[in-house]
Amino acid sequence: MNTLSDKLLGGKQGAVGLAILALMLFVVFPLWLDLFRLGLLGKYVTYAFVAISLVLLWGNGGILSLGQGMFFGLGGYCMAMFLKLEASDPVSTKIQTTPGIPDFMDWNQLTEIPFFWQPFKSLPLTLILVLLVPTLLAFIIGYAMFKRRVGGVYFAIITQAIALILSILIVGQQGYTGGVNGITDLKTLLGWDIRTDSAKYILYFTNAGLLIACMLLARYILTSKFGMLLLAMRDKEERVRFSGYDVSNFKIFIFCVAAMISAIGGAMFTLQIGFMSPSFVGIVPSIEMVIFAAVGGRMSLIGAVYGTLLVNFGKTMFSETFPELWLFLMGGLFIAVVMFFPDGLAGIYEKYAKQFKVNELVSSYLAKSGKKVAKLIGEKA
Amino acid sequence: MSNTDFVLALEDLTVSFDGFKAVDALTLYIDKNELRVVIGPNGAGKTTVLDLICGKTKSSSGSIKFKNQELTMLSEHEIVRAGVGRKFQTPSIYENLSVYQNLELSYPVGRSVWGSLTFKRTAAVSEQVNKIAAEVLLTEQLHMEAALLSHGQKQWLEIGMLLMQDPELLMLDEPVAGMSVKERDQTAELLKRICQNRSVLVIEHDMEFVKKIAHKVTVLHQGKILAEGSMEHIQADEKVIEVYLGH
Amino acid sequence: MFGYTMEEVGNIVVMQGFSGLSLFSVLLLMALGLAIIFGQMGVINMAHGEFMTVGAYTTVFMSKLAVKYEIVDSYFIFAIIAAFILAFFIGYFIEYLLIRHLYKRPLDTLLATWGLSLVMQQIFRSTFGAKEVSAELPEWLLGSFKPTPDIDIPINGVFVMVLALIVTVGVYLFMFRSRGGLRIRATMQNRIMAGAVGINTQKVDRLTFALGCGIAGVAGAAFTTISSTGPTTGSLYIVDSFMVVVFGGAASLMGTIASAFGIAQAQSILQFFMTSSMGKVSTLMTIVIILMMRPEGLFASKVRK
Repeated sequence: MNTLSDKLLGGKQGAVGLAILALMLFVVFPLWLDLFRLGLLGKYVTYAFVAISLVLLWGNGGILSLGQGMFFGLGGYCMAMFLKLEASDPVSTKIQTTPGIPDFMDWNQLTEIPFFWQPFKSLPLTLILVLLVPTLLAFIIGYAMFKRRVGGVYFAIITQAIALILSILIVGQQGYTGGVNGITDLKTLLGWDIRTDSAKYILYFTNAGLLIACMLLARYILTSKFGMLLLAMRDKEERVRFSGYDVSNFKIFIFCVAAMISAIGGAMFTLQIGFMSPSFVGIVPSIEMVIFAAVGGRMSLIGAVYGTLLVNFGKTMFSETFPELWLFLMGGLFIAVVMFFPDGLAGIYEKYAKQFKVNELVSSYLAKSGKKVAKLIGEKA
Repeated sequence: MSNTDFVLALEDLTVSFDGFKAVDALTLYIDKNELRVVIGPNGAGKTTVLDLICGKTKSSSGSIKFKNQELTMLSEHEIVRAGVGRKFQTPSIYENLSVYQNLELSYPVGRSVWGSLTFKRTAAVSEQVNKIAAEVLLTEQLHMEAALLSHGQKQWLEIGMLLMQDPELLMLDEPVAGMSVKERDQTAELLKRICQNRSVLVIEHDMEFVKKIAHKVTVLHQGKILAEGSMEHIQADEKVIEVYLGH
Repeated sequence: MFGYTMEEVGNIVVMQGFSGLSLFSVLLLMALGLAIIFGQMGVINMAHGEFMTVGAYTTVFMSKLAVKYEIVDSYFIFAIIAAFILAFFIGYFIEYLLIRHLYKRPLDTLLATWGLSLVMQQIFRSTFGAKEVSAELPEWLLGSFKPTPDIDIPINGVFVMVLALIVTVGVYLFMFRSRGGLRIRATMQNRIMAGAVGINTQKVDRLTFALGCGIAGVAGAAFTTISSTGPTTGSLYIVDSFMVVVFGGAASLMGTIASAFGIAQAQSILQFFMTSSMGKVSTLMTIVIILMMRPEGLFASKVRK
């Protein structure tokens, strides 16, 4: 816990890992993958937001939330509501009974935009609400539960129940939420068409940039005294309390941060994929996102990102070729990771990297090439 | 209840669990800079008394005043911040962190969420950590993972963590359990040094150890005080002999 | 009230009440198994619903056999026993392979059993197909009573309820009146001590888990009388059953019964007056809010820790 840069990057090793990830996301993948595959990658990167939120919350804090999907979904829905209102201008909806309102409202005999949709007419307000709505929900849940010292499996089950409630509610209230289809046919953001190739590239890079930013934020939290306290609370909550800390406040805070990070992922999902549906809110997606983090390594931010990408590419590959095998594989992965590799890919890497001194090799190589680059730049200047 | 000069004043304190009174109308006063030892057979309510003082258990009735401040309505962290530190029966330390980090986390700065996010390891922090580490004989182990310490060293580390908070009342639940004879002597010396500028409340079974450290001894039995006074006085007390030997 | 006359409301409440009783019975049977596994062992078994599905498919399979050999009138009792035994042995096996390695990591058990539930669902799908299947029910389970012209009480609902009551009484007698139950309770309260007095605690764990799964199998058999079975049938009930157990206070049998009753009745009566999804939402929401105010559940006593 020294300088700011150390806190953000997590020391030399952390900086190298982050640099490699950034290199992959910003250079290697965009050059290597075609736009369709890059779009898929962009989608998986939005899930990675949830995975890193779980590293904070579950890996370091020991708080297993089985409702992260609902924060992802809420962030996504907030964004989608804005885009939907923009797409539902009176001209393009003139065949409706009531022009100027979203199509699903018209189908459900609504004649005006409901009050809670009103704020989503403004982009700045929408962006604030993308962050605020999920965070507020997390605060309410966290306050109610952590102040009463509900934790462990109870917390997991109750967050799961809340995710279920929210998804039933969204599906059930079709006129207000678009129901089971979700909010679809999103076209433009302040007149900018988000479906074009160039928009897709721009959104991909924005998304990757935001992911790195969230990782830096998470790094900062983990390397500060707060991060140490998280670990301490996970292992000896009583002792932390009797060292004069109000444990519940720390848990509420990290739960809110995790919700906010997940929500950013959700909003970016909507922008890149062009819709949001209740299938991202309920129990199944929430728990699948836990497995992304678990495969990558519940303690490692970088590991969680790779874990997310890997599991999802695996899912895409297998459900294209052997759809029936995928559930076996996913289930088996859950069991195997939990039983044999509780620290996930990052744990395996740590174990073998130490043996082969990969880290030192990589960092010395990077240092050398860094000097070369610096020299080149110096010569040019 | 009127204000007193006592650091800690328990008056008429009672707690019952489904009708069973673990502590029954207990009244106990502790002076400034006093080292009090509480003894008693198993189930006498010793640990429950500590639980009540530090807020882990809520009392059914009665009052607990620390420097004339009522503690019964406060939550655990507020009681700690008021100046009461508590060591648990089995050493409760952060096994995965280093000795240094264990002590640092107990430093009473940056206790809020925001404070912990902006906390910096200043010279003052390092100085205090080094000073306390020396006090509890862990200077050489400072950068070792706490899980690797011996049982006795873990006990010392937890005492050190409490000292970091600089409490005015320190409560220790069986601090020498599992220690070697040499470690017991060192702990006795440590406690004598500690109580020079604070009050200490110790629960202990080891009579030799109690003799070495106690200013005054309180004997608990079935949630009530059986006897109170100097060690010699206690050892001559008929009722105490009966409770201890009669079992 | 909602445009109904008082008499109509009365009839609706009675009929919805009875349909609530079928849901209550299935929930109770599911929750009993969970309460044993979670309440006694502290293990979260996310695959519990799939054990119910095992029981349901067993019953469906037995009914096909019964049709073939023309014993439809009497097979059902054997189907219940078979469902119990099969779920019991699968549970026994799973405890040995999986659960016993994770006792010290409750959250990981949750994830591993979730993985197990995915695998089991896929096995059901590959074996029995994705379509829902129904059991051939004996004549005497079909039809209904009509105590008044407006009230219609289905016999299968009554049967399921009687079955649930018998199992509940059985569980009670086993847990609190038998040596086996005593061993289970002793092991769960103080594992070391129980081991020291000669109880094979590993075996107790295995049997406890298997017993919970077996009861879920019976829940599955009961389920076939009121609905058809698909690969994901069990997963639809898992959250509800967990809510029942947590809401009732994890270790309390009375609490489990009371909360299963309350949740099932609330859902089924509310579903009539609101939409089905809103009925479910309001019920779950109420439980969550109550749990937030009283996290230890309805029936829990103050104990010294």
